[in-house]
Amino acid sequence: MKQDLTLTVNGVSYTRAVEPRVNLGDFLRHDLGLTGTHFGCEHGICGACTVLVDSATLRSCLMFAVQAQGCEVTTVEGLSDAQGPLHPIQQAFRDQHALQCGFCTPGMLLTVVELLGENPDPSEAEVRDAISGNICRCTGYQPIVDAALQAARTLKGGTR
Amino acid sequence: MARQIGLSVARLEERALLRGQMKYLDDLELPGQLHVAFLRSEHAHARITRLDVTRARALPGVHAVITMEDMERALGRVRMPLSASPTKATAAITPYILSGTEVAFVGEAIAMAIADSRHIAEAAVDLMEIEYAPLPVIMSARDAVPDTAPRVRTEASSNVFNRMHVNYGDIDAAFADAPHVFQEDMLQHRGCGHPMETRGVIAEPRMDGTMNVWSSTQMPHDIHQGILEVLGLEDDALRVITPEVGGGFGPKYCAYPEELAVPAAARMLGRTLKWVEDRREHCLTAVQERDQFWSLEIAVEADGRIRGLRGSLIHDQGAYALKAVNLPYNSATAVPGPYMVPALDMRVIITFTNKVPASSVRGAGYPQAAFAMERLMDLVAQRLGLDRAEVRRRNLIPPEKMPYTKPLKARSGAPVTYDSGDYIASQKEALEAAGWDGFADRQLEARKQGRYIGIGLANAVKGTGRGPFESGTVRVNPSGQVSIFTGAAAMGQGIKTTLAQICAEQLGLTADKVTVICGDTVAAPLGLGGFASRQLVTAGNTVLLAATEVAQKAKKLASHMLEADIEDLELVDGKVRVKGSDVSVTLAELARVLRGSPGYAFPPGLDPSLQSDAKWQTEALTYSNTTHVAEVEVDVDLAQVKILRYIALQDVGVRVNPMIVEGQIRGGIAHGIGNALFEQMIYDDEGQPLTTTFADYLLPTAPELPRFETLYRDTPSPINPLGAKGVGEVGTIPVTAAIISAIEDALAPFDIRIQQTPVLPETLFHLISTARARGLPRP
Repeated sequence: MKQDLTLTVNGVSYTRAVEPRVNLGDFLRHDLGLTGTHFGCEHGICGACTVLVDSATLRSCLMFAVQAQGCEVTTVEGLSDAQGPLHPIQQAFRDQHALQCGFCTPGMLLTVVELLGENPDPSEAEVRDAISGNICRCTGYQPIVDAALQAARTLKGGTR
Repeated sequence: MARQIGLSVARLEERALLRGQMKYLDDLELPGQLHVAFLRSEHAHARITRLDVTRARALPGVHAVITMEDMERALGRVRMPLSASPTKATAAITPYILSGTEVAFVGEAIAMAIADSRHIAEAAVDLMEIEYAPLPVIMSARDAVPDTAPRVRTEASSNVFNRMHVNYGDIDAAFADAPHVFQEDMLQHRGCGHPMETRGVIAEPRMDGTMNVWSSTQMPHDIHQGILEVLGLEDDALRVITPEVGGGFGPKYCAYPEELAVPAAARMLGRTLKWVEDRREHCLTAVQERDQFWSLEIAVEADGRIRGLRGSLIHDQGAYALKAVNLPYNSATAVPGPYMVPALDMRVIITFTNKVPASSVRGAGYPQAAFAMERLMDLVAQRLGLDRAEVRRRNLIPPEKMPYTKPLKARSGAPVTYDSGDYIASQKEALEAAGWDGFADRQLEARKQGRYIGIGLANAVKGTGRGPFESGTVRVNPSGQVSIFTGAAAMGQGIKTTLAQICAEQLGLTADKVTVICGDTVAAPLGLGGFASRQLVTAGNTVLLAATEVAQKAKKLASHMLEADIEDLELVDGKVRVKGSDVSVTLAELARVLRGSPGYAFPPGLDPSLQSDAKWQTEALTYSNTTHVAEVEVDVDLAQVKILRYIALQDVGVRVNPMIVEGQIRGGIAHGIGNALFEQMIYDDEGQPLTTTFADYLLPTAPELPRFETLYRDTPSPINPLGAKGVGEVGTIPVTAAIISAIEDALAPFDIRIQQTPVLPETLFHLISTARARGLPRP
C-alpha cells in the first residue's frame, strides 16, 4: 500500500507515492534517479549512503523514505552545480587525491559538510573521529583527513 | 615533447566521481529489468532432501524460480568452467552454477527468484521450502588432511586437492652441520577483500539473439569466455562491459556462479535481469584468503647468515576452486623474499574445507610469505643476540648481485630473476627515517614511565607486471581527441589516467586530451584484466609502444604535407610542427587525411587510420622492493595497539603518476594494518560464519590509522621500456610482519612471541595475561 511522500531534495520539491518499506536511499536512487548515494553494507556501518536530512547526517539505508516527509534532504548531487565549480570540500578532495574508487566518497563528503558546519576549525583527531563511521578501503584515510583540513581553511578564509 | 610521465596529474574521472555522476553497476537501470535474489545454503555441509518452490513461484510479482534442475535442462551442465589459466587439474573442483543435491559451504547458491523488484525476489526466497540432512563438516585445513577425515564433498575422493614441492639447493647439507637451527609454527589469516562496492551482474538478452552483460569485475574477458562456454553463444554474440568499479582488491578477480546463473536465466526468460550482492552475501560468497598453517625451520651460520630454509604449508582452499589455485605457490616461492637463501625446501598441501572458496586478496599469498620469513629473521636475531636490522642486512641480496636469479620458476616457466633495486640501501634509508638506532634509548625511557613502545621492521619484494601481455590500441580521432582501448581493467585505482599520461607524452598532448576505454570486450576483444600489480607494466608499455608508433605515423604524413624532413618535425600541443617554426599541421587534420576519402589515394607509404595496435609481451616479472618500519605502543591492560609512526619505503621503478602511486601505497598499508590487527572471517565449529556484518568483521577506520611516512627510490626496471614496476599490492606485503615485530618488541619484558596474524585484542590480552601469570615482567 503506497503512501504519498512530499520532501525537498537538493532544493527541489518532490511528491511521490512510495511503499512504506522502501528506504530513503533506494527512494533517492531509484525513484528520483539520484544514484550518487551508494550502498556499501545496507546495515548502517559503512557510511557510504550518508545524506543530510535537515542538515544532519543520516544513513539513508536505515531510514524509511516515508519518514522523510517534509524534510530537506541533501545528497552529493546537491553540493555543487554540475556545470559550475566544485564545492570547496569537493575541491579539497580533488586536490588531496582523497578518493580512488569513489564509492565511499559521497558519504565522506556529506560527513565533512556536517563536521565543518559544526566545527569550522577541527583538529586532525577531530576529523578522524568525525569520519570514523565511514569506511574507505582505498585511501588509508590520510588524504581525506587532509582534504577536510584544507576545506576548513578555505571555508574559514572565505576565499570562495 | 612535454613531460607527462612523472607528473601528479589529477584523475580524469575525479570530477564526475566527486559529483556522484559516475555509474556503478547498481546505478544502471535497463528498461524492463527484473531483479534476482538467491536462496543460499544455511549449512556448511548437507544433503538437500527437499526443495519446494511452489509458494515462491505463486507470489505476485515473481516471474520465475530457477533451480539446478532447470539450469541443467537449459544448459546441459551444472558446473562452472575452470576459468582463466590453463590447468592440469582434472578433478571436479569448480562450484555448481546452482547446487541441487549437496551443499558444501554456508552461502552456496541453490535457487534463484526472479521478480519485479528486489523486495519481491527476496520475499520469494523466504517462501522456498527447503530441508537438509546435515553431513560432517571440516572446518580446519589440518583436519582435512588425514585420509580418514570425512569428505568435504561426498563426490571428492580426497580432501587434499593438490600437493606441491618447491625446492632447490642441497637442503640436507644446509641443515646437517648448521651452527644453529630455529623452528617456528605460524597461523596466518588474511580475511576478505571487501571493496566498498559489492559484486553485481546485469544480463540483457537482445532481440537479435545477442547478449550484453555488465559485471563489476576485474576480469571482463574471463567472464566473457565463461559465459560463451556455458551458454553456447557464438563468439560475437556477447559483449561484457565493466561499468565504474568501486574497488576490486581480489574478490572481483574470479568468475562466480552468479555471473553465469544470471545470464543463463536471462536467456531462459528473454528478460533483462539484475543481481547486486549485498554485504552479507559478500562475506558468504566472495573469495577470501584464509588460514595457512606454516611450519618452518631455518638453518643459519654463527653470524646469522642463512644456510637453508625448509618447512610445510597447509593451505585452506574452501569447498571449491574458482580457478587454478596459485596462492600457496605464490606463498611458497616468495618465502626467500629479498634474502639470499642457498637452499629451500617447501612442501605445500592444499586442502578443501567447508568454507567459501579461497582466492586472491590484495597481495595474493605474498604477505604470508613475508610474514613467515620476517618472523624467522626476528627469531634468529633474538636467539643470536643480534640487532634485527643487522641480521637482515647480512642476508639481503646486495646491489652488485643484481640481476639476481633464484633457482625457482615463475608461473610462466621463466626463472625468477630480481631485475633491479638496492635492498640494503632501501633498508638503511627506511631505518634512518624511523630513527631505528636511537630507539632503544627512547624505549627504555618510556618503560620507566610504564609505557610499552616497540619498533619493528620488515622487508619484502613483490613480483609485478604478470604477463604474458595486455592489449592496447591508440587512435587519434578526426576531432583531435585521442582514444585508448585496452583490456586493462579500471577498478578505481587510476589506471586510466596513468595510461593517458603515457600516451599523451608521446603525442605532445596533455593527459586530459586522452580518453581511455577499459572493460569492454567489444572495444578491446583481447585482454587479461586487473590482478598481480600488473597493469601499469603490461598495459603501460603496450600504450607506450602504440603511442610511439602513432607519433611516427603522424610525422611521416606531416612530412609529406609540410614538405619537411621527418627529423625536423616535433609533436607539440596537438600538432606536428617543423622545429623552430610555426609551420605545423594538427593531429586532427592528419587523422582526417588518414580516414580516407572515396577514391583518393593515401600518400605513399601510409595506410589508413592514425592508429596503432600494440601488444607488449613479457614472461618475466619485474620486482618492486620495500622496507617498512612500524612504531607502536601497547596498552598492556587493555591489549590495545596504537600505531605511533609508520614509515614505508618502496622502490616501484618509474612513478608515472606519483600521486596515484602514493594513493596505492597508503591504501595498501591500511589493508595490511587490517590484516595485522582487525580482519578475521570467523566461523564456528559447525561452519556458520560469525562475521557477516561490518559490526563483526572489522575494517580499519580513520582513528586507528596513523599518518603514513612514505619514501621512494625510483630504480627504473631494466626489463621494460617504461622502467615501470607494479605498485598496487606492494604496500600491503610487509605490513603484518612489521606491526607484529613492533608489538613483540614493545612486549619484550613479557617475553611474548607472536606467531599468528591477525592479532586481535583478545589474543593479545590472553598472551599478556599468560605472561603475567608467569611473573612477567620482572620488577
